[in-house]
Amino acid sequence: MRKKFLAGLAAAAAVTLAVSGCSAGGTTASSAASGGGDVTLEFAQWWEPELPQGSLRALMDKFESENPGIKVKLISGPYASTKEQVVAGAAAGTMSDVVGLDGAWVNDFVKQGSLANLTDLMKSASFDESQLAAQVKLDGSTYMIPVANFVYPMFVNEDLLKAANVSAVPSNRTEFAAAAAAVTKTGKASGWVLPLDTATPNGIQNDVMSWVWASGGSMLKDGQPNLVGNSDVKDVMTFIKGMYDAGSIAKGTFTMKEQDKVNEFTNGRVGMMIDSLAHVNLIREQNKDLKFSVAAIPAADGYSGKRGMPYASWGIGVANNSAHQAEAFKLVAFLMGKDVNATLCNSAHAFPGNTQSVPDFVNADPIFKQAFEIYQAGTATNEFTGLPVAEDLMRSFDEQFQKYLAGKQSVDDALTASQSAWETSFKG
Amino acid sequence: MASASLPVAGAQQLGSPKRQPGVSGTVKATLVPYGYLTPTMVLLVVLMVIPIVMVIGYSLMDNVIMKKNPQFVAFKHYSDILTSESFWNAVSNTLFFTGVSVIAHLIIGLAFAMMLNTGLLGNRTKAIFRTIYVLPWLFTVAIIAVLWRLLLEPNGVVNYVLMASGLAGTQVEWLSQPETALFAVTFINIWSGYPFYMTSLLAGLQGIPADYYEAAQVDGASPWQRFVSITLPQLKPIIISMALLDFIWTTQQFALIWMTTGGGPLGSTEMLSTFTYKLAFSKYQFGAASAAAVIVLVISMILAFFYVRAQKARD
Repeated sequence: MRKKFLAGLAAAAAVTLAVSGCSAGGTTASSAASGGGDVTLEFAQWWEPELPQGSLRALMDKFESENPGIKVKLISGPYASTKEQVVAGAAAGTMSDVVGLDGAWVNDFVKQGSLANLTDLMKSASFDESQLAAQVKLDGSTYMIPVANFVYPMFVNEDLLKAANVSAVPSNRTEFAAAAAAVTKTGKASGWVLPLDTATPNGIQNDVMSWVWASGGSMLKDGQPNLVGNSDVKDVMTFIKGMYDAGSIAKGTFTMKEQDKVNEFTNGRVGMMIDSLAHVNLIREQNKDLKFSVAAIPAADGYSGKRGMPYASWGIGVANNSAHQAEAFKLVAFLMGKDVNATLCNSAHAFPGNTQSVPDFVNADPIFKQAFEIYQAGTATNEFTGLPVAEDLMRSFDEQFQKYLAGKQSVDDALTASQSAWETSFKG
Repeated sequence: MASASLPVAGAQQLGSPKRQPGVSGTVKATLVPYGYLTPTMVLLVVLMVIPIVMVIGYSLMDNVIMKKNPQFVAFKHYSDILTSESFWNAVSNTLFFTGVSVIAHLIIGLAFAMMLNTGLLGNRTKAIFRTIYVLPWLFTVAIIAVLWRLLLEPNGVVNYVLMASGLAGTQVEWLSQPETALFAVTFINIWSGYPFYMTSLLAGLQGIPADYYEAAQVDGASPWQRFVSITLPQLKPIIISMALLDFIWTTQQFALIWMTTGGGPLGSTEMLSTFTYKLAFSKYQFGAASAAAVIVLVISMILAFFYVRAQKARD
C-alpha cells in the first residue's frame, strides 16, 4: 500500500513537473488579465534600482489610480541583465509588455521583431509627438522613445588644475593636452582618465567618439561606417595617443571600467574626465571636499560650430508580443507626460524626454544649471544609437584602438581593421 | 541478531498461504521502480537533455533567436569557429589558465593540508590557520573580482607595497598590460580555489593509518620517502578525482575573467567562456555561440569520461 502510494506520488510529481516545464515555454504574452478583468502590465527596466527607493513605484501607483483596471508589475534588475532578459524574452515570447531600452539595443531588437511599432501606437492613441525631445527610428518608424537623457560633459577638478597653474578650464584640444600634462607633472594625479575595458566598451562612445562629436565630426557617412580616411576620427585617435605616450592618462586604461573612472576622479587622482551627470551626487556623497565643475568637451582648435555632447538614454518601448499594446502605450504616454516626466527626471537627475518638462534640479543646483546651459547650447549626439550590434561596434573599435595605443599597429591600420569589422556587422 | 529475526516475525504475522502474483501484480512490481525514478528522469530531461539538444540544434542553424525563420547551415559555424584566430587564442589562454591553476591548486592545497595535519602544532593553532586558509573559499566570485581589482590597480595596495619595499620602480598595471594580465587572473583564480583541495586532502590525510608511517620510520625511511611512498599513493585517488573536477570547472570559469579583465587587454585573457559570451550577447550570433558551447561541451565530456573512469577505478 505504502509502495503504491509512493509510486503514485512520484508519478504525480513527474506529471506536474512535465506540465509546468512545458507550459513555461508556451506563454505568448507576459501580461495577464485577472478574474476581475484587470490588465496587469509587466514593465522590465533597470531604472528602479538606480532611482531613490520607492520613487518609480510611486509613479506606477499614480498611473494605476489614473487608469483603473490597469496594474503595473515592475520587473527590475541591473542594466546588463535587462538586456539579456529582453533578448531571451523576445525569443521565448515571454517579453514584458513595456521594456526599458538603451538606444544601442534598438536595431537588434527590431531585427528580432521583438519591439512594437510606436508610430502606429502613437497614431492610435492620438498622442502628440511634438512634445517628444527625440525618437529612435528605424526605416521611418519609431521603436524607442528616450524618457530621460544623461549627458556626458567634462568634469574638472578645480583644485588639481589650480595646483598645476592652469588658470582656465580647457576649451580646445591643445589647451586640454597642456592642462593634462601640467596636472600629471605635479606628481599628485593624472591629467585625464580613459576607461577602455572591453567587457563594457562604452568608453569608446563616451570618452573617445565624444571628442569627434564635440567638434561636429561624425564616424558615419549616410548611415554607414566611415572610418578609413576620416580625418575627424583619425585626429582624435592621434590626439589621445599623444596624451597616452606623454603619460597624461591615468594608468590601467585598458581594463578600466566606467565605475573605476568615477572612483579615480572622486578620489582626486585625476584632473579631468568625461562622465555622466548622473554621477554628480555620487561624487559629492563620496568626497564632500572635492571641488569640481562641469564644462563642454573641448573642441578641435579653431572650431566654432555647435558642439555635440554624448548622451545616454533611459528609453522605453513596447513588446511586439504584448497582448495589451494599447494599455502598454498608455504607460509610455504617462511617463512622457510633462509633469510625470519632470518628476522622474528630477529623481534621476536627468534631462527630460519631454521638451516642455523642466525638472526642479536644473535650477536648484549650480552644477546642473551649468550642464543644462551647455546642453542647450550644444547638440545631444550619440551616433551609436540605432546602429546594429552597437556594443560590438564599440568593442571591435576598442580592440583596434588599444592595439594602436600599445604601439602594435598604426592609426591607419586600426581604422582599416575597425572599418572592416563594422562593415561586416552592418551587413549582419 | 535482532535484524535477522525480523523477516521471520513478519512472515509469522502475515499468517496467510503464499500466493502467486497475478499478471497485473507483476506489471505493477516492474513499474514501481520506474515510478520512483520518474521525477529524477523528468528533471534530467527538462533541465539537461532538452537544453543540450536545443543548443546542438541551434549550432546547426543560421542565426536562431535573432531570426524568426533561421536556415539550416550544417557545420558552417563549427568550421568558422575552428578556423578563427580568436578561438585558438581563447583555447591557448584557457589551457594556460586551467593547467597552471590546477597544478598550483594541488601543490598549495597539499602543502597547507599537510601543515594542518602535522603533529607539531597545537589544535588551537591549527584551528586558527584552518580558518585563515579557508577564507578565500568563502567569498563569492564577484567579491573576489572587486577585491583583487582594488588590490592590483595601479594605485592599489600591491603596487604600494612593491614600490615602498623597492621591488618595483614604477606602478605596474597588473590587469591592464597584456604581458601580466593572464598571470594576474591566473593568480587570482589560484588564490580563490586552493581551499577546495586543502579541505579534501586534509580529510584524505587524516584517513591514512598512522601505522604505515610508524612502520616506515622503523625501516629507516626519510620524511621525503614517507611522503612519496605512503602519502602520495594513499591520496592518489582523491588527487586524480579533484584534479579532473577542477580542470572541468576552471575551463568554464567566466565570472572572474569577465569582472576583472573582460578578456582583455588585447585578448590576452580571452577564454572560451568569454569568447562564447561575446558571440551570444554582444554580436547576437546565437548560432555561432551555440557551436562554441557545443565544442566546450565535448571537451568537458571527454574530461568527465576520465573523471568517471577514475571514480570507477577508485571504487
